[in-house]
Amino acid sequence: MKLLGKLDWSAIPLDQPIPLIASAAAGGLVVAVVLYVWAKGWMPYVWNEWITSVDHKRIGVMYIILAALMLLRGFADAVMMRSQQALALHGAQGYLPPEHYDQVFTAHGTIMIFFGAMPLVIGLMNFVVPLQLGVRDVAFPTWNNVGFWLTATGALLVNLSLGVGEFARTGWLPYPPLSELAYSPGVGVDYYIWALQISGVGTLSTGINLVTTILKMRAPGMSYLRMPVFCWTSLASNLLIVAVFPILTATLAMLALDRYLGFHFFTNEAGGNPMMFVNLIWAWGHPEVYILVLPAFGIFSEVFSTFSAKPLFGYRSMVMATMFICVVSLVVWLHHFFTMGAGGDVNAFFGISTSIIAVGTGVKVYNWLFTMYGGRVRFEPPILWALGFMVTFVIGGMTGVLLAVPPADFVLHNSMFLVAHFHNVIIGGVVFGAFAGYEYWFPKAFGFRLHRGWGITAFWLTLAGFVLTFTPLYIVGMEGMTRRLQHIDNPLWDPWIVMAGFGTIVIGAGVASQLIQLVVSIRMRDQLRDVTGDPWNGRTLEWVTPSPPPTFNFPVLHDVHGEEAYWGMKQAAIAQERLYDEPDYKPIEMPRNSPTGFVTAFFAAIIGFALIWHIWWLVALGFVGAYATFVVFAWRDEDEYEIPAEEVARVDRARRAARGPEWLASVEVQP
Amino acid sequence: MKSVLMKAITRAAAPMLLVSLTSCSHQGLLDTAGPVAAGERTILLNSLVIMLAIVVPTIVATLGFAFWYRADRPRGRYLPDWAYSGRVELVVWAIPILVIMFLAGVIWVGSHDLDPFKPLPSEKTTRPIEVDVVSLDWKWLFIYPEQGVASVNQLTIPAGVPVHFKLTSASVMNAFFVHRLGSMIYTMNGMVTQVNLQADKPGVYWGQSAQYSGDGFSDMNFQTRALPPTEFAAWVAKTKGHGPVLDAASYTGLAKQGTVKQPYDYGAVQPGLFNQIAMQKIAPGPGPQVGRGDVNVSPRTPVK
Repeated sequence: MKLLGKLDWSAIPLDQPIPLIASAAAGGLVVAVVLYVWAKGWMPYVWNEWITSVDHKRIGVMYIILAALMLLRGFADAVMMRSQQALALHGAQGYLPPEHYDQVFTAHGTIMIFFGAMPLVIGLMNFVVPLQLGVRDVAFPTWNNVGFWLTATGALLVNLSLGVGEFARTGWLPYPPLSELAYSPGVGVDYYIWALQISGVGTLSTGINLVTTILKMRAPGMSYLRMPVFCWTSLASNLLIVAVFPILTATLAMLALDRYLGFHFFTNEAGGNPMMFVNLIWAWGHPEVYILVLPAFGIFSEVFSTFSAKPLFGYRSMVMATMFICVVSLVVWLHHFFTMGAGGDVNAFFGISTSIIAVGTGVKVYNWLFTMYGGRVRFEPPILWALGFMVTFVIGGMTGVLLAVPPADFVLHNSMFLVAHFHNVIIGGVVFGAFAGYEYWFPKAFGFRLHRGWGITAFWLTLAGFVLTFTPLYIVGMEGMTRRLQHIDNPLWDPWIVMAGFGTIVIGAGVASQLIQLVVSIRMRDQLRDVTGDPWNGRTLEWVTPSPPPTFNFPVLHDVHGEEAYWGMKQAAIAQERLYDEPDYKPIEMPRNSPTGFVTAFFAAIIGFALIWHIWWLVALGFVGAYATFVVFAWRDEDEYEIPAEEVARVDRARRAARGPEWLASVEVQP
Repeated sequence: MKSVLMKAITRAAAPMLLVSLTSCSHQGLLDTAGPVAAGERTILLNSLVIMLAIVVPTIVATLGFAFWYRADRPRGRYLPDWAYSGRVELVVWAIPILVIMFLAGVIWVGSHDLDPFKPLPSEKTTRPIEVDVVSLDWKWLFIYPEQGVASVNQLTIPAGVPVHFKLTSASVMNAFFVHRLGSMIYTMNGMVTQVNLQADKPGVYWGQSAQYSGDGFSDMNFQTRALPPTEFAAWVAKTKGHGPVLDAASYTGLAKQGTVKQPYDYGAVQPGLFNQIAMQKIAPGPGPQVGRGDVNVSPRTPVK
């Protein structure tokens, strides 16, 4: 047995300049940032206040930073894919050979879904849900931190594959037998498996944590039907996480057993059944898209209501539609492989169950529409993203239902039309939703608003680029072009592929605008300061707190009356021309920060890396380390600290001072 | 800034729309060449029209409401507490439910009528021709069991005659797809799927794999030649007895990973070969010998 398992110098892609330079640059950047932070003496702050933080707000922000980095990585992959196809026409081979191009599209899908969209959505839920529920933290604060760092570990492993070894060449869902040892003998699929297994534990932790928080930890008086809709959609999303992520874990565990120990769950030989994998992975995979999009629907609900200065129309039917989608999404998975040849009855059942989901979505769209009706719509960046979503998402939904009609799917399955469809719903739904949420809650998180002009520019460029990129892909799909082609031999498709490449450049300008917006906003933070903590004239409890909220969120837990807790309080204050009486401040117990998450993730990264490269002694060492970390944490003596009443009073009095009569007059609704 | 951008977008979008309308009817899915594709086109367009009937008004209403109630110059009355209306709720639930009920009917009937395994109605008058299809890494093998010939990367069928395909895979999954003829179907090792297609007119149609299957996937294209029945018979007569023989040994060679640039025919086929492949009497095709790309499909030499 070799000491380093399969690992040797050939793992470093010295002969391939693109991954070599990219990974060297990325690695160099990380080292440079760490050294800079070290040299500036910020290390203790970063360690104490962020890395080890168990504050749900800080963890939410860290999730979103991770997501932003991974979205950029995934976008770089997208640029490579679109430019490769645009350069590989008329017999040309482009600049990416197949075995590299195949890694790029696999990495693009994997990173965008697991390490871009998921952390983005989970970060927003983490930040917002406890604030909206009017509570001080999630149910299991330390576990929350562990979940984040395990997700980050997964992202680390995927990116490590760029410079050490290779990534999977199977597509973002590694269908066997292609992903079995016989056809993928390299470490690519192993990187995929262990990155997802580790981050999957993190995601499941978050799911359990947020379900528990929403079910057990609401402010006094906040019954289920008084929760903001974002909390409802988060509940639905996290219930789905708890229901389906174990399926993903089990499926990948079976694939790992096939690859590592010669089992035959999904192999061609010895009674294995690859289609079993396809069924199982989609039994997770389809609910997964609702895990992503339901919280986005919640964000749109908040945004339409706030920026129309009206309550959400049809709150109860919104809740019903959310739970309807949550349940029905579990029985639609087969529409991903109608072309397996399951027969008319099976295909019709799953086709109809899929299109039934559109009832729930349709109801939501109409309710958002009627939320604007009779309102006063303020065109701030969040509602621009929401309006962009409404217009694009109904088209994406329509093409989705079209793909759910089996005879139509028989000619559109796996085509560029499908690629255009799911980008239409994931970008138009999840990404636009997350961007709306980012613009909306940014002042809450950091105490200053984002620059409006750059936000509007980013919106229009992204929307235009999105239309320019994906309309040609719809068309080329209607012309029979299939997905994942490394070069294109059919001249009919050429012009559209070139146009889609051009669209990517426009999206790139949108991405750049958003980065510029962040930089400009940080530089102009004093002009953009949110002094009152309620910059949008909000309606839910997060806007009670100052921006950024103190660690303990609320000095006293509010008694909730009615559906829009904060709006009711605000109207009462306006009527009485003063805030409610100053409460009796008491000391608050808060959980202590803990390095458990970071240390566990460190050992998890070692376990993952060692499993990928078959370094068995290191696997054992990693497990011992992770277990020891758990034991140390379990034997801790103190897990809470006390914030004195004077400190609570000081923070709250400052908040109350910012909300004087002048402010009350400014937020009064003018008929 | 905004208006300049909008102008640029409109200018770019107008010709795009025009070109898309003309070129879609060129060689795409909508330019069908057989009864299956025609049936699928009808269902596709019907479903699209049914949905556009509510999607277009929804988009118009979204933009209309946002414009009508904009805060800086509102036109409609402000209703700050209006959040429920039983009548609106009824309509809001009823419209999607009715549309989906209608569509469910289309789905149910369509799924059964166009089930790929179902024989075509034309089989009542014309005897179908049998073609056995094997997807390999990364080429297509078409075996004509009744004629005793076979082709690689070229499918030859008689026009106006129903074709009954039986399909399997030598190694990993692929999907057999000739988009102008209709329905694609997966090919899977150890399993046999079926699809019934027909070309109405003689012609050459683009065929491909529609399920990613590894490094050589992009070269898994094939021509589908639909010939008048007499010419088809002539092709069989010309091919039979000439050229290489397809038996277990030559098949094993073909199953090795690699692409085939020039299509070719086999003049003789060992009887029952397709069943042996499907029943796994012949071992599945071998995978790559090295972890990185294979020399046959990649311009780059692999690292040892």
